[in-house]
Amino acid sequence: METTAMHIANGIVDGPVSAVFAVLAVAALAFCVRKARNDLDERLAPMAGLVAAFIFAVQMLNFQVLPGVSGHLLGGALAVILVGPWVGALCVSTVLIVQCLLFADGGLTALGLNITNMALLGTAAGYLLVAGLLRILPRNAKGLGVTAFIASVVSVVVASQGFVLEYALGGTTDLSLPWISGTMAGVHALIGIGEGLIAATTVATVAKVRPDLVYALRRFRRPTELKLNA
Amino acid sequence: MSKRLGWFLAGGLLVALLLAGVVSNFASSSPDGLDATARAGCTFNADDEITGGTCMLQQERAHQLEDSPLADYGIRGIENSFVSTLLAGTAGVLITFGVGAGLFWVARRRQDA
Repeated sequence: METTAMHIANGIVDGPVSAVFAVLAVAALAFCVRKARNDLDERLAPMAGLVAAFIFAVQMLNFQVLPGVSGHLLGGALAVILVGPWVGALCVSTVLIVQCLLFADGGLTALGLNITNMALLGTAAGYLLVAGLLRILPRNAKGLGVTAFIASVVSVVVASQGFVLEYALGGTTDLSLPWISGTMAGVHALIGIGEGLIAATTVATVAKVRPDLVYALRRFRRPTELKLNA
Repeated sequence: MSKRLGWFLAGGLLVALLLAGVVSNFASSSPDGLDATARAGCTFNADDEITGGTCMLQQERAHQLEDSPLADYGIRGIENSFVSTLLAGTAGVLITFGVGAGLFWVARRRQDA
């Protein structure tokens, strides 16, 4: 039977390392919930539900990146721009938990690994890029699109290296780590370009239709604006 | 929640439903970047079982919930793959929205708290 596996399956990384990352993921998500409460108002809460549903949908759309190799969006940078880093990490986690528990995608034992890579590392990298880029790029649909593209590429490659770290600690075969790292980085740079195009189109569209719903346009201020508002 | 926000959410959900239910039928069925890297180094037979070599996938174990009715993004028991993916994608979008929006609504900051 053909199976659709998009995330780390059970047994790829050993039990103890998977358990450590599960604990780490739970602790980080608890921290995100605390921080997210400051951002979540009556507008952002339903918007965050939509962002999670949208990421779920787009993760089903595997696109070809090389002969015999596909990729799909992870969603970290997209979520950061639309709903902010804390709520964004929770959105991606929600998707991963639904996929694991209902769609048997991403092992239950590996859930902490998958959350660490895509929801935590991917979102954190996306956040740093977005916060930095919006200091120099124009805060309009175009600037946001360029930001989404660059942040997506970097965020996907960083997430892929999260897996390499986990495999270095608890890998179950004796394969060359530099080879795994290089292959994962190369393939995910291509996937990141695809993700970047999807994320850029999405945030530029939302920024045109409802700029008031884009977290990055409301909250990430330029240094000068911060001074004026202080 | 304002009426305008309601319309935006409805529009966004409709797009997500179309992507997950319909467009997903045209998605690539090649293994994704992680899966392809995990398979590299091994040879596979027609049933996708490992026949030799060394690769990360060798120690893979079955998913604890592989018998889930929605496993592998289809509905178990529905033969037509288009209908199966349509229903599974629709269910996934609605469940993810329901769970996400529900939890975020409960966790939200009360205006007059």
